[in-house]
Amino acid sequence: MTLTQNRITDLFAQKSERLLNVYFTAGFPHLDDTLTILRGLQAAGVDLVEIGMPYSDPVADGETIQKSNGKALDNGMSLKTLFVQLADCREEISVPILLMGYINPVLQFGVENFCKKCQEVGVDGVILPDLPLDLFLDEYAETFREYGILNVHLITPQTSESRIRLIDDESDGFIYMVSSASITGSTKGISESMQTYFERIQAMNLQNPRLIGFGINDHETFDTASQYANGAIVGSAFIRHLDENGTSPESIHEFVQTIRA
Amino acid sequence: MQTTLEPQTSFEVTDKGFYGHFGGAFIPEMLYPNVEELRQNYLKIIADPAFQAEFWQLLEDYVGRPTPLFLAKRLSEKIGATVYLKREDLCHTGAHKVNNTIGQILVAQRLGKKRIVAETGAGQHGVATATVCALMGLECIVYMGSIDMERQKPNVDRMRMLGATVVPATSGSQTLKDATNEAMRHWINNPVDTHYIIGSVVGPHPYPDMVARFQSVISQETRKQLFAKVGRENPDYVVACVGGGSNAAGMFYHYLNEPSVRLVAAEAAGQGVTSGYSAATTALGKPGVLHGSRTILMQTEDGQVTEPYSISAGLDYPGIGPLHAHLFESGRGDFYAITDDEALQAGFQLSKLEGIIPALESAHALAALEKMNLKPSDIVVVCLSGRGDKDLNTYSKHL
Ligand SMILES: Cc1ncc(COP(=O)(O)O)c(C=O)c1O
Repeated sequence: MTLTQNRITDLFAQKSERLLNVYFTAGFPHLDDTLTILRGLQAAGVDLVEIGMPYSDPVADGETIQKSNGKALDNGMSLKTLFVQLADCREEISVPILLMGYINPVLQFGVENFCKKCQEVGVDGVILPDLPLDLFLDEYAETFREYGILNVHLITPQTSESRIRLIDDESDGFIYMVSSASITGSTKGISESMQTYFERIQAMNLQNPRLIGFGINDHETFDTASQYANGAIVGSAFIRHLDENGTSPESIHEFVQTIRA
Repeated sequence: MQTTLEPQTSFEVTDKGFYGHFGGAFIPEMLYPNVEELRQNYLKIIADPAFQAEFWQLLEDYVGRPTPLFLAKRLSEKIGATVYLKREDLCHTGAHKVNNTIGQILVAQRLGKKRIVAETGAGQHGVATATVCALMGLECIVYMGSIDMERQKPNVDRMRMLGATVVPATSGSQTLKDATNEAMRHWINNPVDTHYIIGSVVGPHPYPDMVARFQSVISQETRKQLFAKVGRENPDYVVACVGGGSNAAGMFYHYLNEPSVRLVAAEAAGQGVTSGYSAATTALGKPGVLHGSRTILMQTEDGQVTEPYSISAGLDYPGIGPLHAHLFESGRGDFYAITDDEALQAGFQLSKLEGIIPALESAHALAALEKMNLKPSDIVVVCLSGRGDKDLNTYSKHL
């Protein structure tokens, strides 16, 4: 599947190693932090940014992101508010932006309306873990394509080879490799069996670039993941950092430095 | 309430797991292999004669089936129609939940699973799961909202006595919805050796269909028993409470394609549908996705799931199974919202008139009788889904 160019495909055309994608939850720690954090991450030189759309029931997330979602909702964050906050972001933000979240708030917003808004404000792609591939293809792929919004699909250590091939065929942008059988926020490091899985996927020579996420929380895990894929995604560790150290440019810069070293 | 009946509506689940607009399998990729394994195998496993033999034997010798169909004479007089009670409260462990856990534990064994995870609200499904795990020697982990652990303490003790590990769900509202989230997270973290025994006709396909099949024994027996008593298999109404909707799915199952039988569902209105403290999903909800299926869901305008409330922990859930969402949307089912007070009164009434203390959940179904405009010639079967022992604390506050 090929799509009109966008910032994500452009990025991967230019750079294929050690890409750093950082996740944060919109509305956390404070309702109006979205632009501050985006600026901080861009200034610190991250390659992609994933903005979490908070949800009441994030089943694929561990405690840290559950809490940031809850706090963000308490702060009053919603998709409507997020799109207002992002309305002019492309005047200053050039890194590719993905929205990450669960399908129900998107359904209530209206899938077409959502895609249209993404296009308007300059969101390049989305990650919706509980919208599985077949349902996406049956019901929504056309709308996403019409508005030039990439939908990034996940694979896990348990995903069969034939399904990985299918996902590779139906993906554009990149493939999100979930590092192990787990929810987000694991701090167990990268085990040998995870490396075996990374090698297995590496040997498949997929068409799409791959980023490894879940459990990437420091320089060592970022480094290891980057040996087997085009880069990695950091989420819970950044949320914890924001919670403890705040959203100042220095704080964000320091975090990105420790990951990249 | 909708009344238009689409002709020839099929109430069978489609290949992709849909009932009309509702159902499907909205699951993260992490759960895909497990759910797909189940989807590819459940019908084959259930159809296997060895499975059938073991399932029926256990329902008979262990659960105590068939459960009686009891003519509630004094209640009938009071209501002004002929009322039969399908006595699921007499099942081993005290509710219909065990019909499903027996079926699913046999499926889990055949899939080679070593460990069972489950969620529970009132604790009835947790107890029914812990029971079959003890019976089969499988490890059992039950997630239960920490608020529910307090209000259903005896069931927590029962689960522990049966050897299960009960884990408090401390996120969100700390009730059934959150326990379900935690059970799903546990399953994501343990994808290979663990089977998730969902306790109602909710969750991703094939769960709603699989659970409905295991609970369908309720209407299967009812048809035979009613025929033996009154010479007809079809009553005018079948009535059941709906939390997720498993006892209702079982009570409705063999009547789905019998248009002369009205299907009546009682939802929990809590302190009143518009009070802000309610779990009346069809009255308050909109289509949405929760716990893996598209259904009717209580939610905010922004698609955040709202916290339900009911005096009965087993009905304290913001969604309903996709089959019921379809019955509601198509007009095949009549949905009534029953308040806490109405349920309590119906519970006290049955106790005094028939010597049967019903579960608070089942009391909602009994309370619907008062709202149905029944004629003296009507024959009604109410699914008495469970017994009230677990609710004595609550009842005694209102004595
Ligand atoms: C006795 C009883 N009835 C009904 C229910 C509600 O579940 P369902 O709607 O799946 O039958 C419960 C749930 O705990 C229960 O314990």
